Amino acid sequence: MPSLVSHPDEVKILSRRFGQGAADIEKYLEMDGYKAVQAAIEKGPDWIIAEMKASGLRGRGGAGFPTGMKWSFVPKQSAKPKYVLVNGDESEPGTCKDHLIFLHDPHAVIEGTMIAGLAIGSKLGFIYLRGEYRYLLKIVEKAVADAYAKGFLGKNIFGTGVDFDIVTQTGAGAYEVGEESALMESLEGKRGVPRIKPPFPAVVGLYGGPTVINNAETIATAPHILLMGGEAYAKVGSERNGGTRLFGISGHVERPGVYELPMGYNLKRAIYEVGGGIRGGKKLKAVVPGGSSTPVLLPEEIDIGLDFDQLGKAGSMLGSGGIVVLDETVSIVEFALRTISFYQHESCGWCIPCREGTDWLKKSIGRIYAGGGMEKDIDNIRYLAENMMGRTFCPLGDAAAMPTLGFVKKFRQEFEDYVNGKARSETPLLQISGAH
Amino acid sequence: MAAEKTTIFSPETAARFDKLVTIYPVKRSALVPMLLYAQDDIGYISDAVVAEIAERIGITELDVRNVLSYYSMLRTKPVGKYHVQVCTNISCMLRDGYATLDQCKKKLGIGHKETTADGLFSLEEVECLGVCCWAPVVQVNYDFYDQLTPEKLDKVLDDYREGRGKETK
Repeated sequence: MPSLVSHPDEVKILSRRFGQGAADIEKYLEMDGYKAVQAAIEKGPDWIIAEMKASGLRGRGGAGFPTGMKWSFVPKQSAKPKYVLVNGDESEPGTCKDHLIFLHDPHAVIEGTMIAGLAIGSKLGFIYLRGEYRYLLKIVEKAVADAYAKGFLGKNIFGTGVDFDIVTQTGAGAYEVGEESALMESLEGKRGVPRIKPPFPAVVGLYGGPTVINNAETIATAPHILLMGGEAYAKVGSERNGGTRLFGISGHVERPGVYELPMGYNLKRAIYEVGGGIRGGKKLKAVVPGGSSTPVLLPEEIDIGLDFDQLGKAGSMLGSGGIVVLDETVSIVEFALRTISFYQHESCGWCIPCREGTDWLKKSIGRIYAGGGMEKDIDNIRYLAENMMGRTFCPLGDAAAMPTLGFVKKFRQEFEDYVNGKARSETPLLQISGAH
Repeated sequence: MAAEKTTIFSPETAARFDKLVTIYPVKRSALVPMLLYAQDDIGYISDAVVAEIAERIGITELDVRNVLSYYSMLRTKPVGKYHVQVCTNISCMLRDGYATLDQCKKKLGIGHKETTADGLFSLEEVECLGVCCWAPVVQVNYDFYDQLTPEKLDKVLDDYREGRGKETK
């Protein structure tokens, strides 16, 4: 079972029940559980949405869209039923925060789902977990069953006359299903290919009904916002980036782990203080700041606040909050090849720029890595990646192109060294990219 | 009605499926979970599994196969009793994920997507398992083993070989 870590700089809002046994409904109730949803029933949808807007909470899946605004886009009147959909298909390499939420605080996800349902006037929510998370699905299923047994879910919840149901769902292995419209396709029993937008899910979503879809971390944060108040939550974070976030620090640090830090927290400090610095006293080479799809940062670029706007300005993204730290021993060409191999494997094949682009990027980087590359391959990689950007239904094409561009632009010399025979792979190519 | 029919699934799985097709606004929403639970029960998605699931949901076998081919956890051939999945994605790669994979290959004597002669183990290099901060990680069927060292990994595989491994269903 993943171990918990702690650091004095953490501000534990979302993670305050971690390690406290709160997967048990009685313990959850002792720790303010299901108070927020009862307040939400009493005060109504306008109050919920106002608090969510005031909180400055932005989507924790990666896009960073303001949650309160997303909820307010759902039409009040609808001929079709409305749905809440919780995205627990956590699959972005470097990201393992939802894992801990489901493990330690599943009732926060349930309560958040109910709050979102009340805000938009929905009576049915779905919690979708990736297929590999079977032991977590069992924890969530038990939590849902316990909530039903207490009368918190089902008909006439808390005796208030309000009805709300939750259905849990398992995926079966597909990164692409983490994209919101692909997830809806999967939940409808189809291949997880994305839908063209507009219409957006808030208008036409699951089963054609208006749908709010949020990342599990976003949903689990909602009860805490209602308990502490939107404004108080916003103050914890930086400008236009309310609250805290679960940052996963992995790779070459002394103390990898998931830490809850305020939005805007300094990335350098996160690596050197919170994460304990570079393992074995080695030098830092590069940082992937928000999951594998976010463009790489150089050591001189990491004195920066971890929020959506500051990382955007620096030409990268906050993404899913998965900080991957690379020390001086890493071959960027090898790392780039492993990254693009993943996206090539996961491309659903629906849009040609992504299907062909990821494949050719993998072949081109693979050839350079194997020692058979040419100078023009490096320019070709840039050309290919630049032409994938913005030309696909869903962001997977961008997710593959953006980090690749970052590696080639910032570490061009390394690619050239492979081409010129000054550097060579120590791992046989087939082992790294032939498996998938 | 379902009770009168013959099923290829265990009574528990059949009962689960009877319920699963009733809980969604649309019956077909049960398809992806049904395929995974059927695989857990039978070992892989056989032609008979495809046929029964198609009938239970009321879609064509082609519809089922179309979905089946999309999801990487679903397979149409049997694997070992213990399916060892090694993550080599970036966070694991930086912390000896490939050495972990190599150790599994050597110890089990099989390669990627191969099964031991006794049918006990199979091996697969997989993409990110969502355990990045506790790398390197191996998943045996549905159970995770994280922060692995060569010694820990040896023990995990020995435990399964001797019938002492965990088995989350």
